Amino acid sequence: MVPGVTHEELAISVSGLRKSYADNVAVAGVDLAVPPGEVFALLGPNGAGKTTTVEILEGFRTRDSGQVSVLGIDPAKADRDWRRRVGIVLQGTGEFDELKVHEVVRHFARFYPHPADPDEVIERVGLSEKANSRTHTLSGGQKRRLDVALGIISQPEVLFLDEPTTGFDPAARREFWDLIRQLSHTGTTILLTTHYLDEAEALADRVGVIARGTMIAVSTPAELGGRHLATATVSWRDEGGPRSEETDRPTEVVQRLAASFGGEVPELTVTRPTLEDVYLKMIGENGQEPA
Amino acid sequence: MSALATEQEAARPAVRQAGGLSLALAQGGIEFKQFVRTRESLVFTLLFPVMLMLIFGSIFGSVIITPEGEVPAVTLSQYFVTGMIASGIMATGFQNLAITIPIERDRGVLKRYRGTPMPKWVFFAGKILCVAALAFIAVVLLLGVAVALYDLRLPDTGQKWFTFGWVSVLGLIACTLCGIAFSGVAKTGRSGPAVVTPIALILQFTSGVFFEYKDLPHWMQQFAALFPLKWMCQGLRSVFLPESFASQEVAGSFELGRVALVLAAWCVGGLILCLVGFRWTTKREG
Repeated sequence: MVPGVTHEELAISVSGLRKSYADNVAVAGVDLAVPPGEVFALLGPNGAGKTTTVEILEGFRTRDSGQVSVLGIDPAKADRDWRRRVGIVLQGTGEFDELKVHEVVRHFARFYPHPADPDEVIERVGLSEKANSRTHTLSGGQKRRLDVALGIISQPEVLFLDEPTTGFDPAARREFWDLIRQLSHTGTTILLTTHYLDEAEALADRVGVIARGTMIAVSTPAELGGRHLATATVSWRDEGGPRSEETDRPTEVVQRLAASFGGEVPELTVTRPTLEDVYLKMIGENGQEPA
Repeated sequence: MSALATEQEAARPAVRQAGGLSLALAQGGIEFKQFVRTRESLVFTLLFPVMLMLIFGSIFGSVIITPEGEVPAVTLSQYFVTGMIASGIMATGFQNLAITIPIERDRGVLKRYRGTPMPKWVFFAGKILCVAALAFIAVVLLLGVAVALYDLRLPDTGQKWFTFGWVSVLGLIACTLCGIAFSGVAKTGRSGPAVVTPIALILQFTSGVFFEYKDLPHWMQQFAALFPLKWMCQGLRSVFLPESFASQEVAGSFELGRVALVLAAWCVGGLILCLVGFRWTTKREG
């Protein structure tokens, strides 16, 4: 799956993972290989099995079958040493209502042998102004940033982020992306789940699309679903109304149009399928409603 | 591990990780801070028993429950306040934990701790330390009111202080462990109070807190004798009521040996129930 990297060297490796609840199959044979230092995004609609997969990797849930290894260790047998090396940002926020931001971050730093400086982490997630506020006074996005602070205070080798930017405003999301890029530059392996295609495109080295418990595609964001090979659509307007043409050679079409109009082509656009188009098509083909 | 990760390791500052004991103290401190800053829990757990003591104390007034002419006389209020002190210990240990832990589990606080290398026992040690501090405050408050308003005498011998100490500590440990174990019974944080409060009330009525134990129906006495509260009340009566009052007890004595035995048995039983019943995550997660 990842050329030149052996199984032992992978930060995260999953094969044939299955998990059912009662009569509901949540994960039906997922394979995954993430080399150290990679940012991998798991995309998929609600109920596709993203969280179940991630929580098995985090050692919170048991699995029915399959091989799972994170930092060379089976999370089902996770010990304290392993927990020291793995950072977790869960989907739900376990809040400490009446504690102040810096109190919570400082307290969690105590659990680790080599924690980052709590004030610095608070600064990095953009909560410095709120460091002395009780956590129940934070907005949804600020609470999420506190979650991230607690996930990275240990300076983990692998960081799991389950829908980290849900509830963020666009500016906060950009700031958060910068934070993730910084972490990635220091060599942290990051597995994140997200609903947001722009987020996957902005952050991930590779994305995996999961639907109905199976991984239906794994690729770089640019190449997902053969997106880079897809034909372009040239659209314009003439006397008869809007016109468009599918083509492998859009430049030629534009030149031809420019010549025939003798200059500006009215309402000219050249588009290729966005990641979202490709994703929705994939999900649709798998018979699942996009989230 | 990759070369990069190894370099990262070397570059990290060598901060000494807090030892287990100091971690437990820090955990207890955080728990305590959270508790005292939450007005509802402060009022419900610490002040409610004081309010009950004031209400029932006023109702019972100075009704004397010792046989006519016996000296020293004991009032119903005095009898009641010893029961309220035992109830205060139960409130901070049992009710408090059995109600707050399911809320924390619902919110994912427990799961968050499980995702860290914090040893499991540190979480429980933190709860126990917090409860111990709260129980101390509760007992001091209740004793203060009882001494000021209901002529309760503080123990006048070292022997009685010693009894006061071990009855309170054993009772608190038993209640705390039962509270932690019982936190597994409530399915959601919201259902906690509905499950826990009736149990506490039934125990209070049957164990001789609101009524004299010796006047209760035999079957009720038998029922209450299975649980710690009855024995905590009885132990505390031996501390705060005159020795002559022993003749008013069902057994004709305060049965301190049996008090110790039952409370110790509940400590062991509570620990086992904790190990069996405690859950870090909600049932729908697995």
